Amino acid sequence: MYTYDAFDQRMVEERAAQFRAQVVRRLDGRLTEDAFKPLRLQNGLYMQLHAYMMRVAIPYGLLSSDQVRRLARIARDYDRGYVHFTTRQNVQLNWPRLEDVPAILDELAEVQMHAIQTSGNCIRNITSDPFAGAAADEIADPRPYAEILRQWSTFHPEFAFLPRKFKFAVTGAREDRAAIAVHDVGIRVVEGEGGAIGFAFYVGGGQGRTPILAPCIRPFVPERDLVSYAEAVLRTYNRLGRRDNKYKARIKILVKQTGAEAFARLVEEEHARIKDGPLALTDEDLEPFKRAFRPPPHAVMPAEDPPELVAARLAKDRAFAHWERHNVSPHRVPGYANVSLSLKSRDLPPGDVTSEQLDAVAELADRYAFGRVVVTHRQNLVLTDVARRDLPALHGALAKLGVATPNVGKLTDVVCCPGLDYCNLANARSINVAQDLLARFEDLSALHDLGDMHLNISGCINACGHHHVGHVGILGIDKQGTEHYQLMLGGSSGDEASLGRILGRALTGDEIGGAVERVVVAYLQLRESPQEPFLATYRRLGPAPFKEAVYDAVGA
Amino acid sequence: MTLLAHEAGVARVIADDPWITLGPDETLDETLDEASDVIVPLEGLDRVRPVARGRVGLRVPGDADADAVAARLGGVDLVQIELPRFTDGRAYTLARLLREKHGFRGELRASGAVLPDQLHYLARCGFDSFELADGGSVEDALAVFSDLSQSYQPAADGARPAWRRRRPVS
Repeated sequence: MYTYDAFDQRMVEERAAQFRAQVVRRLDGRLTEDAFKPLRLQNGLYMQLHAYMMRVAIPYGLLSSDQVRRLARIARDYDRGYVHFTTRQNVQLNWPRLEDVPAILDELAEVQMHAIQTSGNCIRNITSDPFAGAAADEIADPRPYAEILRQWSTFHPEFAFLPRKFKFAVTGAREDRAAIAVHDVGIRVVEGEGGAIGFAFYVGGGQGRTPILAPCIRPFVPERDLVSYAEAVLRTYNRLGRRDNKYKARIKILVKQTGAEAFARLVEEEHARIKDGPLALTDEDLEPFKRAFRPPPHAVMPAEDPPELVAARLAKDRAFAHWERHNVSPHRVPGYANVSLSLKSRDLPPGDVTSEQLDAVAELADRYAFGRVVVTHRQNLVLTDVARRDLPALHGALAKLGVATPNVGKLTDVVCCPGLDYCNLANARSINVAQDLLARFEDLSALHDLGDMHLNISGCINACGHHHVGHVGILGIDKQGTEHYQLMLGGSSGDEASLGRILGRALTGDEIGGAVERVVVAYLQLRESPQEPFLATYRRLGPAPFKEAVYDAVGA
Repeated sequence: MTLLAHEAGVARVIADDPWITLGPDETLDETLDEASDVIVPLEGLDRVRPVARGRVGLRVPGDADADAVAARLGGVDLVQIELPRFTDGRAYTLARLLREKHGFRGELRASGAVLPDQLHYLARCGFDSFELADGGSVEDALAVFSDLSQSYQPAADGARPAWRRRRPVS
């Protein structure tokens, strides 16, 4: 993985010192809360319902085991012994004291981490495919490109006060696991003529109150132009993006109102001016970034399944069988696998992990996965590069930790924002709905093998739980002072991305769990075969039979 | 209002600013020396430029279009860009475009909602001088200007990208 050199290290240390001084000025009154707000926001510090919340950046979701251990220590020493992984592959501390934040930044800087630009109207943490570098379907590892974009965007002097926040996602695989269609800029690595690497740029997607799928504004940007093209997009947005209404300030509105083609022309005009300037990348520029993400030293393994794995299967260990089927994904190197750790159990809110669990995961990463842990945008963790012969032992250890629920990508792998329990924007609680569904479907999903079925819950229209792209989406709303939930179906952030459609009237907290259950039962009756996933059934039949199933029971 | 400028990565206070600011309807008259250096808004430019014997500066809002401003820069020695709110980042792009697209070499001055913690970014985008907004501490502005001693990306300051600068010379 990319490790800091003296330059990077100095950057985060100077940042920590800078923020320490800003906190001093805030505490002695030289900075008003109004003047302090944009400064703390550029450093990931939000004022939440009960306390400050601090968001720490995890570039493209990749952590070393030492970084995981440090997060565990920070959560223990400065917080309440747990952290929350987010849908943008970041990590949040829910209860830090303002006075402690400078010390936390020092602790982070010691392990090459920071909170730079994790909030505010600037370029945020750059996300990617959780299986990057290890996926079987990869054209090129996206992380060297994500890292160079991270450096370009860090403390970019021109883009610190954009009309609104700005999110990049980069994928190098054929299957999109980075949700690039719902980002401000989604970048897909593509192969051009003669195998040359380039990038398709999707610009102006997003969720929130106006969900839009990003149009492709240029199908092939040469590798050398990656940064200059990104800069041309940002400059065009900073000049022309709306600032009169924060709900119309994201780039998706600008692209939509300008028209994708006209917007692309504006970008091209600016790009033509700057593409041969200092941002043009040379092979020498790119080489160290590519070298940093070389694969770990895999052993040469036979293509057939190792005896340990065969033995575990023969033992008819149902728990192992379910886990292997749902939580283990193919790796591009024979004899290796990618293992997902489910952070969706009935013990903790979705995405939450205790310090003890983090320490244990770090140990397992060292023993089985070359010391690397990846955070996914579905709020789980992944150990890439696990030898298949180690799967039975790893499963045993993960089960003990409570992170082996065999539900990754399934209905109970609920993506969920913190909701009204923590967030001052929320209209409704989301964690309790997630827990209700986890309890309700614990047996059903094993019983019927529902297949891939993504459930996303947001506590308000800002859509942090990405409800628009859940196969089943739930949105918390406030209706005459009580919590209600809109149910929507048919969303997807994958290759054929689509936005979910509202099924009918909003449901109460008492109704929503049963309604999802009736959708599932209807799906089981309607699917053509067990191989037809929910999304395919929904796309084939449309909302009518599901609407009937839900509202005949509770009234329209 | 305090005027600051920067040189070689360090900010300092400018005590003797030669520039005089005219409002939209003001003209040079006998109360003003016609040899003074005056900053005028766009609508006053045609009226003042022919009679001024000193230098002429142009004041534009932060949301002005760079191409339109550039078309009026003949004989202009200073452009003052007024930030309406410190959260409005258009002035940063405007400054870079005037410098890098239109080659403006005169003084670029930021005024309006200019806070101490912004000066570093403004300087990197091509601003030479800053009128600190009322209430902003001059001491803080001078101190925090050099908080970050290096940068990753090129801007109007001619910095080389870090990924190139750091590469060992072979």
